[in-house]
Amino acid sequence: MPKTEKSGRTLKSMLVNNFIYRREIHQIVLFSFWKIKITNKRRQSLIGLSFVLLWIVGYLVFALYPMGHSLYLSFFKVRMDGSSLQLLYHGIENYKAAFLIDERFVDMLLQYVLQTAMNVPITIVFALVIAMLINQDIKGKGIWRTIFFLPVIIISGPVIQELLNQGATTLPSIQEYRLIGMILDNLNPALAAPIQALFDRILLVLWFAGIQILIFLAGLQKIDKEIYEASMIDGAGPWESFWKITLPSLMPLISVTIIYTVVSMSVFSLNEVIIYIRNVMRGESTVGTVINGMGYSAALAWIYFLVMSLLIIIFIGLINIRKRSKS
Amino acid sequence: MKRLVRSLKESLMLIKNKDFHQLKIKTKRLFLGMHFKDGLIYHLLVYALLLSFGYIYLYPMLFMVTNSFMTVEDIIDIGVRWVPSQLNIENYQLVIQEINYPKALLQGLYLAAVPSLMATMSSAIIGYGFARFNFPLKKLMFVLMIMTFIVPPQITMLSMFRMYSRYELLGSILAFVFPAVLGQGLNGALFILIFYQFFRMIPKSLEESAQLDGASSFKIFTRIALPLAIPSIIIVFLFSFVWYYNETYLAGLYLSGSELLTLPLRIDQLINGYVGIYQGNERAMQLMQAVKLAGNVLTLLPLLIIYFFTQRYFVESIDRTGITGE
Repeated sequence: MPKTEKSGRTLKSMLVNNFIYRREIHQIVLFSFWKIKITNKRRQSLIGLSFVLLWIVGYLVFALYPMGHSLYLSFFKVRMDGSSLQLLYHGIENYKAAFLIDERFVDMLLQYVLQTAMNVPITIVFALVIAMLINQDIKGKGIWRTIFFLPVIIISGPVIQELLNQGATTLPSIQEYRLIGMILDNLNPALAAPIQALFDRILLVLWFAGIQILIFLAGLQKIDKEIYEASMIDGAGPWESFWKITLPSLMPLISVTIIYTVVSMSVFSLNEVIIYIRNVMRGESTVGTVINGMGYSAALAWIYFLVMSLLIIIFIGLINIRKRSKS
Repeated sequence: MKRLVRSLKESLMLIKNKDFHQLKIKTKRLFLGMHFKDGLIYHLLVYALLLSFGYIYLYPMLFMVTNSFMTVEDIIDIGVRWVPSQLNIENYQLVIQEINYPKALLQGLYLAAVPSLMATMSSAIIGYGFARFNFPLKKLMFVLMIMTFIVPPQITMLSMFRMYSRYELLGSILAFVFPAVLGQGLNGALFILIFYQFFRMIPKSLEESAQLDGASSFKIFTRIALPLAIPSIIIVFLFSFVWYYNETYLAGLYLSGSELLTLPLRIDQLINGYVGIYQGNERAMQLMQAVKLAGNVLTLLPLLIIYFFTQRYFVESIDRTGITGE
């Protein structure tokens, strides 16, 4: 109907042509006073911002605010009073308590650092080996890939917890091999203990390697086959071509996988530390009322985050030192 | 195999003809190949490694499946390790009945599907914004976005928990939907990165021609960019789905005590209930192990089915994140 069309047009013209906001050909006039030139660049950035607006809001609400809030709370003693919080300024007492009073937390944190320091290199080496194996011309490629990508979908807390409890994550056959037992017996205990631990946990560690295998595989497929052929003609064996071609081209990916591995291991729902932090937050920790509650758990979370970032930085630093000394 | 048989035949011929020099060369070829990589030793090595790794990966699955079919007698009997003496489906029946499996499964799927759908849509929009437009502070925002991947949920969960309880979102799917809509769902940064990388790869001329025809930016996004991005959409949805389905840490916090539970949590709850009842009863505890495993199999089954049909998308996925460098 022509009538509604007309009213629609007037509404539209009212929206773009009024006292507050007036749209002219090359400029926008606000309050009949500020004139903003419409340039292509400005229009582009406005449209771009409107696409990203979702993320900006999300970041403010679900990342920046909670982070700031928890950092703020970590300096307070927080008491739940009905549904409102009672804050009592505590200075750095929470942080002090974490290291000085709470023996369990320090213990768990040390365990976590040791385990991560050991598991991350193992995971990455195994992921690399497996990726190289299935990147080759082998029979039944599809079946192998299906098997090795299984962990990508089965990193599920309770399931792995269950397998852990029932001892399904340690390979019984490895323990039954006399040979390995004999080797372990004859080694220096300081050396034997980590190896034993490695065998105990190899399954769990390998099950963390799903995405890493995917990353390495994609990287391997990007390396030009002609480089290998050229090196072969020049007389390089597989050993040399691995160290001189494969590894250097995968170097950037190794950093990515290190970050991914540390993060995924640290936020894995079976990680003792994060379970402890959650329990402290709910007031379920058994340490006592002095060091309990939200403020304390916030402090713990921040300590944990700092330790985790430190681990990542150290790993990446080590890799880069090696690279630099080589070149 | 054919090559092996042929070379064996050839060497037999050589032995007959007493040509030992040739035989020596041939055997060396056979074992070491022209450049080691095509020799028999290398192939044996590769397959041995593959088999042992494959065994390591499949072992927990096999353990889970076989043990879940066992009766108490089988579990206690050390002689029975891999093959249960009889196919006992009572464990499964128990779990299916107790948690009302069809309903629990539907709930689990619903809890995973809705947030992942939202996360997929929002990350596509955000990724497009980052990939196609220039705006002030874009670099800073991009870095901040990647940083959110490293920040563990323990830091933010406290305030989120407070926020949710204030707005009474605890125990509701909305606790997962809201962050997902705003691009802050599980591993949201990774998904934005996938779309960012993909949209940067589409030639700009396609969109420019549409722009000349008078299409608005929004129209270009929905009519041109999105249809091209369907593989990425599938990948992001699948990963997101799997991660939400398996999520227990945050779900345990936001949903505990409510009617709505993810499947892994529900099975956990069932078992904890039983453990409480049968504490100290050795035989019942043994049986519980088998029941737990049956529950786990039932949890993983839908994922395995999905994985079976969509495997190739998982394999392709990493190429699309672009972390391998383009």
